[in-house]
Amino acid sequence: MSAAEALHQRVTLGPISAIPEGEGRNFVIDGRRVAVFRARDGSVFATQAECPHKNGPLADGLLGSGTLICPFHSLKFDLATGKALNGDCSLRIYPASLTDNGQVVVDLA
Amino acid sequence: MSSTANAKRRLVVIGNGMAGARAVEEILARGGADMFEIVMFGEEPYGNYNRILLSDVLNGSHDESEIFLNPLAWYAEHGIKLHAGVPVLKIMRHARTVMGAGGILEPYDVLIIATGSLPFVPPMAGARFDDGRIKQGVFFFRNLDDCRNITSYAMGKRSGAVIGGGLLGLEAARGLQNFSLDVHVIQRSDVLMSQQLDRPAGLILKKTLEDLGIQVHLKKDTKRILGEEAVTGLEFGDGQKLDCELVVIAAGIKPNSELASRAGLTVERGIVVDNQLRSPDDPRVYALGECVQHRGQVYGLVAPIWEQAKVLADHITGRDSEAAYLGSKISTRLKVMGVEVASMGITEPTEEGDEVVQFTEPKKGTYKKLIIRNGRLLGSILLGDISKAPYLTQAFDRNTPLPEERLSLLFDIGAPSARATIDEMPADMQVCNCNGVTKGAISGCVTAGKRTLKTVMEATRAGMGCGACKALVSDVVAWACGGAAELDPSADYYVPGVPLPKPELVAKIRELGLRSVSAVFNALADGREDPGSKPGLASLLTTIWAGDYVDERDARFINDRVHANIQKDATFSVIPQIPGGVTSAAQLRRIADVAEKYNVPLVKLTGGQRIDLVGIPREDLPNVWRDLDMPSGFAYAKRYRTCKSCIGTDYCRYGLGDAMGLAQVIEARFQGLDTPGKLKLATAGCPRNCSEAMVKDVGAVAVEGGKWELYIGGAAGAHVRKGDLLCTVETHEEVLKISGRFIQYYRENAKYLERTYGFVERVGVAKLRAVVVEDSEGIAQQLDDALQSSVDAYRDPWLEANTPATPNQFVSHLPVIQ
Repeated sequence: MSAAEALHQRVTLGPISAIPEGEGRNFVIDGRRVAVFRARDGSVFATQAECPHKNGPLADGLLGSGTLICPFHSLKFDLATGKALNGDCSLRIYPASLTDNGQVVVDLA
Repeated sequence: MSSTANAKRRLVVIGNGMAGARAVEEILARGGADMFEIVMFGEEPYGNYNRILLSDVLNGSHDESEIFLNPLAWYAEHGIKLHAGVPVLKIMRHARTVMGAGGILEPYDVLIIATGSLPFVPPMAGARFDDGRIKQGVFFFRNLDDCRNITSYAMGKRSGAVIGGGLLGLEAARGLQNFSLDVHVIQRSDVLMSQQLDRPAGLILKKTLEDLGIQVHLKKDTKRILGEEAVTGLEFGDGQKLDCELVVIAAGIKPNSELASRAGLTVERGIVVDNQLRSPDDPRVYALGECVQHRGQVYGLVAPIWEQAKVLADHITGRDSEAAYLGSKISTRLKVMGVEVASMGITEPTEEGDEVVQFTEPKKGTYKKLIIRNGRLLGSILLGDISKAPYLTQAFDRNTPLPEERLSLLFDIGAPSARATIDEMPADMQVCNCNGVTKGAISGCVTAGKRTLKTVMEATRAGMGCGACKALVSDVVAWACGGAAELDPSADYYVPGVPLPKPELVAKIRELGLRSVSAVFNALADGREDPGSKPGLASLLTTIWAGDYVDERDARFINDRVHANIQKDATFSVIPQIPGGVTSAAQLRRIADVAEKYNVPLVKLTGGQRIDLVGIPREDLPNVWRDLDMPSGFAYAKRYRTCKSCIGTDYCRYGLGDAMGLAQVIEARFQGLDTPGKLKLATAGCPRNCSEAMVKDVGAVAVEGGKWELYIGGAAGAHVRKGDLLCTVETHEEVLKISGRFIQYYRENAKYLERTYGFVERVGVAKLRAVVVEDSEGIAQQLDDALQSSVDAYRDPWLEANTPATPNQFVSHLPVIQ
């Protein structure tokens, strides 16, 4: 399988329990850095790892119901659309889900 | 060259105050340097300073050096010969020569008299000794030396009185308060600031001042200043007495016209001048400022001086020989002890048919009054809320007809007050310097539909850096909205995501027993988690529950999750605790070893007297802490940070108190304490204040007699503010007790992220003193107990190196496990 093909597929990253509730952590998949978030209501989100504004580490941000605040300059993003709510940039969002046995799956297509 | 030099006329100026110096500046601006050889006499041995700011020097908000307008070098640069510290003895008009002290003679072709004013001393006994010397403890409030003398005498005194309840007297009273004296204001009439206010306004101001701890005595004329050697009190016309150790006479001013009078110039209340500011007796002699009388008027404010200086300069330089001064319309706008006052024209109606429009709200200290004749404004008083002052001043100055709708003159219903100034601001002018947001960007945002301050701030990030520009951002938003911004209901909430102000929120949290941030969202915000509200709620919950708080780490900002300060490359800075800034060779060696072992890219001494290891990857944090074997210095959180100190008594030859030891016990007690904003403390072993304790959130300064002065609400960051003196105590234990009580009161009552400088200004030091020193509300014990339980709940967060609080706490990248 080529690298290009690998990027266009669903990847299982590991158990959600590795991420503390309400926080995010980074994964590197074929050289691509992805931030994965575990919300308190059980949902999961995946975004590009760095803030498009000034490269803030989004996994270290504050997570709310469907929104995320970057720790560097408080840009706030809508996790459904990726759009910044207080700026004119946007995030790449990757569809993410949980399997029945609590594995995080991210669709990098 | 020599021919032009010879052609120059000699201009001599008597007086180097605001009027004399301003007149010369205006003359220079009109090419006067080529026409005149300029000589100035100044009685004070300085350059020219801004006399209006003297009260700020007295109250400590300005340093002496900050109020100078023209330093001595300025005179040299402009070829002006200045006789500084040389009083003028005589004007010899026949010889066209001025004689100064020490036999100095300066001939003139043109003379300007700008001798200003002298303090007016109401008739009373005991102000001077028999030989004419002023009694010890009696002061005037006119110049820089007066300020210095008051400052050195007031230290350690208990009670001071100001004779005079006008603007100057109230400013002096405000200055005296800074020395922690009981301050009394003695006013002869029954109205404070009777030049600017009427009786109802005077009474509202009196109440406001009394709330600030100043005792106001109306309708008292001082008969005698008591005391044999030094002041011990005052005796009034009604026979009553008042104990005090210091008296400032600030009962007004009178034109200083004696020199002119002796030179044979016409003097009535002041030196009489015509519309060109010239003496009718001698076309070579001009006068301006507080020493003159023009069309029967004598002025004691600065605005007329600026107008006079322009006309005088136009005339003297021939720029406009028709220029005429026709008198000034007097309007003042000032802040007396935090109370905003604007006043213009008359204060009472004078003719039948004069229309009076009035609004009073004594509880809030608001008073507004307009006097209108034939649809034009003749006078106005605004107290408390002066938002309409710019519009009214303009209508008054230009004598423009007023709109029929009188209500809009008192309140911002239609025409916005800030509009005129913001109109003039270019669109590309930067309003927020931290985030580079221009006026144009803000108004564009409003046009796009964001019509509240909060939504504009969120969208543009204007005002979200250091916060210093927030008031201006608010004005620009209001301007762009065409009047007032729409009100954001969340402005009163403690955090935007839970719709309750702080007191109600605290009550709900206690009532429902909500011990975690998620429990608060579930119970009070329909389960919707607003990420920006999480750290504020976490801070509040630890204050309420101390050790019983359920600590959800995702509610914390990243710094507080990993106990280090995140840097722009996502590495962290590590600052271990070094109490009082006292370290040892062994400790330094250990820090050096850690720096080498972990290839720490930057080792920096901090402003808080500690050592910062910068550039440490998150994964290394636990090992770095273990190797350092020192507790966290908390240099990353909204908590107690550090207490800076000087050497104190150990080695310093000036030391009066053990500042170093005190800093160490302060750190041991308050370490790690959560607070609404960060807390930076300092202790100073003497009033030289090497550790800058007066610009800290809490500062303790040792003074003579084994005492400590406690200052609160100081700041020296994006906002600079000198702390207010809270009280003077004697022991380290008392410093801990009172400062702890203040800190707890701040924890319980401040808004999230509100620093003490804002909190102290909002609540007022008099109120804080009453609560934490005098226990006026009976809650001191409660505050002490609450603080104690937070102190007991302290745990060094760096111990999490061995027992992490969450899975992968110190790992930022997880491996893919398929």
